[in-house]
Amino acid sequence: MSWLTPELIDVLIKTAQAIAILLGTVFVVAYLIFIERRLLALWQDRHGPNRVGPHGIFQIAADMIKLIFKEDWLPPFVDKPTFLLAPVIAMSAMLMAFAIVPISATWGVATDLNIGVLFFLALAGLGVYAVMFAGWSSNSKYALLGGVRSTAQTISYEVFMGIAVMGVVACAGSFSTRDIVLAQKDMWFIVPQFFGFIVFAMAGVAVAHRAPFDLPEAESELASGYHTEYSGLKWGMFFVGEYAGVVTVSALLVTLYFGGWMGPGPEYLGFLWFFIKTFIFIVLFILIRAALPRPRYDQVMDAGWKFCLPLSLLNLLATGAVILMRANAG
Amino acid sequence: MIGAILSGIGSVVRSNFMIFMRAFRKRDTIQYPEQKVYLPPRYRGRIILTRDPDGEERCVACNLCAAACPVGCISLQKAETEDGRWYPEFFRINFSRCIFCGMCEEACPTNAIQLTPDFEMCEYDRQNLVYEKEHLLISGTGKYHDYNFYRVAGMAIAGKPKGAAQDEAQPIDVKGLLP
Repeated sequence: MSWLTPELIDVLIKTAQAIAILLGTVFVVAYLIFIERRLLALWQDRHGPNRVGPHGIFQIAADMIKLIFKEDWLPPFVDKPTFLLAPVIAMSAMLMAFAIVPISATWGVATDLNIGVLFFLALAGLGVYAVMFAGWSSNSKYALLGGVRSTAQTISYEVFMGIAVMGVVACAGSFSTRDIVLAQKDMWFIVPQFFGFIVFAMAGVAVAHRAPFDLPEAESELASGYHTEYSGLKWGMFFVGEYAGVVTVSALLVTLYFGGWMGPGPEYLGFLWFFIKTFIFIVLFILIRAALPRPRYDQVMDAGWKFCLPLSLLNLLATGAVILMRANAG
Repeated sequence: MIGAILSGIGSVVRSNFMIFMRAFRKRDTIQYPEQKVYLPPRYRGRIILTRDPDGEERCVACNLCAAACPVGCISLQKAETEDGRWYPEFFRINFSRCIFCGMCEEACPTNAIQLTPDFEMCEYDRQNLVYEKEHLLISGTGKYHDYNFYRVAGMAIAGKPKGAAQDEAQPIDVKGLLP
């Protein structure tokens, strides 16, 4: 057993952890379809899907079977390589971004990554290519309009999202998400970084292409926007990507501003605290979708450039000033 | 500008709160197969043919329902019994065409054809929606319990000559000399 070195065991454990986290994330993402439908129904005085199994909890199995057996049609007028690439990017970018989220003190895939938060920003930027590729390669006007809107939306939120996160990074003094959570031992960053949190939450909704920032798909105006021409599993991958975005952004909001796994009780309760906090944000995402109408996209860009960008800059400025003052005083 | 931003934030928070409070309201959906929806007694659903209080068919095959039907889904053929009563030899309603407007019920002079509060008549096979007389005819009187056409109408049938109906005067003897 000489080949079974402690390093190898470490690698194996880490790999198993990563696979478990990936499967868990995908499971939660799949269940979100059901949870969202039930919650939206609850807030609209309806019942939602409640027939398959007790309270409809097996609805997701029925949906999956339906989706898998749908005809996976490739329209003859599309640009094939790009058309096929887009859903893969949509799904993998958001699932990969989840890798930097520390689930508990010991669990996490790449929580010590020294570019942690930047890795998320990079993948959020990559995720936009999925929408742009899908919109362009579909060769259809609605899809293209969706892609154009996505581009317009991206350049308005990516900037202030990065700047808003920098406030947290400055407070924690590190890009690594684990260090950021550990820095919140005494006080969650929601208190000193309140405005940063607001701006980042808005940008997060836009990253996940969720209502009210779902302009790229805008069912009521653009058929279904960038994924109008998609069907079957490729369409499903876009949706997994969207819900993975919801989960990842919720988990990141918890990590960056609400103390990650921290909470009262012994350390093994970290899982539970993380799960509860993330779930609250997921519910909030769905509530926002149920409550708010979709703005025009010039209004989105207005809000982005004239409100969120100055706010995040002021927030970063104030954070930097306070940190420098403390450093000089101490 | 600050005011506009603050009022905008306020309105967003308010609508989120209002929608969240919806969670505690009663749901409007009726769980249909288990819970039935209330239908008023005069609801226009499945069409039936009724019988008079004596248990005879009310329909006299006058064809008024078929003439009144705007989609032409009723067809029937008149026949006559030995005692002089008219009745439909066949009576057929194609429910895949019927629009449940109730014109047939309004047109019917004998209260024979009636609409009932029942809409659960789905079929996998379209042909099964064509109802014949044995499917339409019920054993009861429907909405009008005491009405018997031959007892109030002046038509003579075996066992009921002219003038024998309720509130009917004897026919005038046109060959008599008395006024």
